[in-house]
Amino acid sequence: MAAEPKKGTFMADNKQDNRPLSPFMIGQYYRPQWTSMSSIFTRITGLSLLVASLMIVWWFVAAASGPEAFATANGFITSWFGDLILFFSTWAMFYHMLFGIRHLIWDSGRMLEVDQSEMYAQAALVGSVLLTIFVVIVL
Amino acid sequence: MRFITDRKRAAGLGSAKTGTEHHWHMMVTSVALVPLVLMFILSFGAILGSPYSEVIAYYQRPFPAMIAILTMLVGFNHFAHGARSTIEDYTGGLTRKALIIGVNCLSYSAAAFAIFAIVRIAL
Ligand code: HEM
Repeated sequence: MAAEPKKGTFMADNKQDNRPLSPFMIGQYYRPQWTSMSSIFTRITGLSLLVASLMIVWWFVAAASGPEAFATANGFITSWFGDLILFFSTWAMFYHMLFGIRHLIWDSGRMLEVDQSEMYAQAALVGSVLLTIFVVIVL
Repeated sequence: MRFITDRKRAAGLGSAKTGTEHHWHMMVTSVALVPLVLMFILSFGAILGSPYSEVIAYYQRPFPAMIAILTMLVGFNHFAHGARSTIEDYTGGLTRKALIIGVNCLSYSAAAFAIFAIVRIAL
């Protein structure tokens, strides 16, 4: 009775943000599957696109600032390291795009069966690699 | 003394209640980004590696400039909203709020920097 008041004792505490977080299931509880893996990679690729995006912003700002600034940014982005970032980002972009489109298809009520989702995932994985190779060859 | 039970305390806390709007925003930006990103990869990829004067001349043309501006605008907007989902999935309380504010500052600053730069090149 005289113990310290716990969180949630007072009425105002109920306004606190204590909703449960979504459980992270992959690894501990689930073996890897096409569905779970393609889902987490959509997230990883989406977030990782920030790196290339910021690099491109830098390139535009440098181009607007003048030839010297441009030489620095352009030198970095066309170096082997910049190329490497752009190469993986191109793949990440195609991957994220194709699996993002799957979300749009799902939202229209289509392809909700597990086997259809898995088939799409396999095709889209191959597709993202082919599109990346295409871009590397063409550009 | 606790006046409500744990069950009562948890009931109704499940959703943040504005998820549909966020979801719709993701759908709209996703649809817009498909053509934008494809055009951006082709146009940016075509000019990347060229000397300074050619890059400036290229982005003074309306079409490459508009593709780049729209891709930056919609792309960073989509990123800010998408990263918010991730933050909300793994963090709570003050950490969550600070991260969401940080991601928004970063995203909109980056978009503003890029768009201002492109407009400056183009004009
Ligand atoms: C090319 C067209 C794109 C499409 C079709 C697309 C589609 C989507 C969709 C449908 C989602 C929601 C996924 C979910 O509900 O789990 C999403 C999330 C996300 N997108 Fe995109 N996106 C595109 C481009 C981009 C770009 C350019 C970026 C980064 C600059 C990006 C970053 C993100 C991030 C960070 C998330 C959140 C990831 C998550 O919640 O798991 N997306 N995208």
